[in-house]
Amino acid sequence: MKATIWGAVALLGLAGAAQAAVLDDVRARGVLNCGVNPGLTGFAAPDANGVWQGFDVGLCRAVAAAIFGDPNAVNFTPLSGETRFTALAAGEVDMLARNSTWTFSRDTDLNLDFVAVNYYDGQGFLAPRSLGVSSAKELDGATVCIQTGTTTELNLADFFRINNITYTPVPIANDAEGRQQYLAGACDVYTTDASGLAAARATFENPEEHVILPEIISKEPLGPAVREGDQDWADLVRWVFYALVTAEELGITSANVAEMAAAPTNNPEINRLLGTEDQYGAMIGLDPQWAVNVIRAVGNYGEIFERHLGQGTPIGLARGLNALWTEGGLMYAPPFR
Amino acid sequence: MSDLHSQTVAYTRDTMLPPAPPPVRERGAIKWLRENLFSGPFNIALTLITLWLLWLALSEVLPWMWRGIWDAGSVTECRARPGCALRAGGAGRLLGRHPGSLAPARLRLLPRRRTVAPAAGACGLPHRHHAGPLHRPASAPAGVHGRRPLPDRLADLGGAIWGPAMVALGFVLGWAVWRLLLPRSNPGLAFTGGVLAALLWWLFLTGPVAGMLARLIPIALNPVPSDRIGGFTLSLLIGLSGITLSLPLGILLALARRSDLWIVSKAAVIYIEVIRGVPLIVWLLVAQILLNYFLPSRWSIDILVRVIVMVTLFAAAYIAEVIRGGLAAIPRGQFEAADSLGLGYWETMRLIVLPQALTISIPGIVNSFIGLLKDTTLVSIISLFDPKRMTDTIRATTEWGGIYWELYIFVGTVFFVFCFAMSRYSIWLEQRLERSHR
Repeated sequence: MKATIWGAVALLGLAGAAQAAVLDDVRARGVLNCGVNPGLTGFAAPDANGVWQGFDVGLCRAVAAAIFGDPNAVNFTPLSGETRFTALAAGEVDMLARNSTWTFSRDTDLNLDFVAVNYYDGQGFLAPRSLGVSSAKELDGATVCIQTGTTTELNLADFFRINNITYTPVPIANDAEGRQQYLAGACDVYTTDASGLAAARATFENPEEHVILPEIISKEPLGPAVREGDQDWADLVRWVFYALVTAEELGITSANVAEMAAAPTNNPEINRLLGTEDQYGAMIGLDPQWAVNVIRAVGNYGEIFERHLGQGTPIGLARGLNALWTEGGLMYAPPFR
Repeated sequence: MSDLHSQTVAYTRDTMLPPAPPPVRERGAIKWLRENLFSGPFNIALTLITLWLLWLALSEVLPWMWRGIWDAGSVTECRARPGCALRAGGAGRLLGRHPGSLAPARLRLLPRRRTVAPAAGACGLPHRHHAGPLHRPASAPAGVHGRRPLPDRLADLGGAIWGPAMVALGFVLGWAVWRLLLPRSNPGLAFTGGVLAALLWWLFLTGPVAGMLARLIPIALNPVPSDRIGGFTLSLLIGLSGITLSLPLGILLALARRSDLWIVSKAAVIYIEVIRGVPLIVWLLVAQILLNYFLPSRWSIDILVRVIVMVTLFAAAYIAEVIRGGLAAIPRGQFEAADSLGLGYWETMRLIVLPQALTISIPGIVNSFIGLLKDTTLVSIISLFDPKRMTDTIRATTEWGGIYWELYIFVGTVFFVFCFAMSRYSIWLEQRLERSHR
């Protein structure tokens, strides 16, 4: 009897979760629940006042701005590498912007939808200069610090197998622990996404004593993910991101968006994006001014990148693959039409 | 005699010599050193090795401590100066992320308005929809709320100051009804009456009365959403809630386990064994993730409340076993004496058995409490910012990327102070309550 009741309660719960549209839930709650990295320099970390800052955080704020017009209507839920997808599937968060790699099995088997790629990354190795290694292929017998529950763990195994060399993994839980173990000499090399390595090296006391080896051993398309089952919500997150990219392509910035949105311009795509022509916002269940709110709050893709990762920051990453397609990168948004 | 004496001895001392001090080697510090540190080849070797080790440690630690830099803005700025050490700002963040979160007594006058702009967020909210300190920020536009399902409305009671006060009043009311009915009817009926009165009060009157009082006397606590609570504030909040709630629950469980009623005792055994048999981390993950599968998405119970409930339930199982040990130590004669006096079960327990059993159990109870306080750092795994997770967060900023030792030492020291204080308090309490040997 008891089991039956619990089963029924569970079913009710599942049914309730499946039926409700995420956008309606978010609106009713008045705040977006966004899963982020608990602390990855440049991507997501609370600052000294407890305000979340970072490249992935910017995307959460953009979605909140699109829905509520307020980039601060976000609950940031820091999630570890192991629990992030479970938390998303359980409804603990509405979306995940946690530098998660889009892979076949995650997309299909875990019932997630990766809606876009907001950062093209690749896995690299950080080694002390004193180790005297100039290529990752010389790392035979090395101890390697590696974050558990990530794609980098699997890439590492693949790379060493392909090159027929051996390694000893030192499992670590997060980036901060990885840096600490690496600096303490618990491992010869530290491997994670190249962006993370650059960020780590920037915080070292003597950055010049450490080298990032030239090999990039994997493709790591990092992107925001949502639960499967609500395509409208996936569309919303996807097009908020593409609005950021398109805004950069069209030269709309947080500084000039108010002026461009004041009256229709000569460029119809700008007008469609900013809601001065046609009603594109209504198609994804948003206000016509949604893109204006987004860009005013967080800026365009390039601005977010420069603010948190770019050459002006201690991390100092170049745009590289993440430049617009017009500038030799891979950032290519489908047209607003 | 005296003549003879005066002629044979030229000089006679007529006073006592003052006692001479012992030889230098046999007194004071030197004696102590010789006896304790250099009494033989083995001790000499040990002493020298110890001195060398002390020198090794202190020559590093002392300059680090004394020449610390407390006002650098970032780790690079700090490293540019000699003797870079603990960051004062970092320590501040460890103590509590929200400036007001340690000060629940901070009263604030609410504006006498029915609606407040949604942009005011978690700070200025309409009376009925306050986000309590344990509630998610209710920055929803007014009007979305309207009439909502009961659990949501109950969750909203955590607002302001009147909601919790009125909920607490429910307990007082239930107790008063119980006391009033007790002389006039049988105990079971009185108990039921009390529970019923409290339930009726909570279901139908708490909300309106709290709302009315809030309009009449508009004072409120500053609502602090869970995600703004971190560091030691979080640890203390979870630890103290867990300690205060788990003790009564543990006592009830211990009594239930020793009960003569088959169902009651078996239920307590199953509860204790199940809770105790599964690691706390698993229970915390259940609280964070599994509950969401079972509950509809509207019923989002605040994560902090879920954690406090789980920690309390977990600690209660341990406390129950500690107290059961105390109960087992009470001789049968005490129960029989109570029976012969004509005392009922609850009176026996309250007046005779529990005071003795709890005194015996104090070291074990405090032991559990110390463990509980330290276990609060486990919440870092379910995305709450405990002091240990806070150290990771501080390192994740570009300003403080390379800081390790200072943060860990600080966290460790503060935990030590709390735990040591609890331990001393338990010793003091034990001595105070040790009546049998007076």
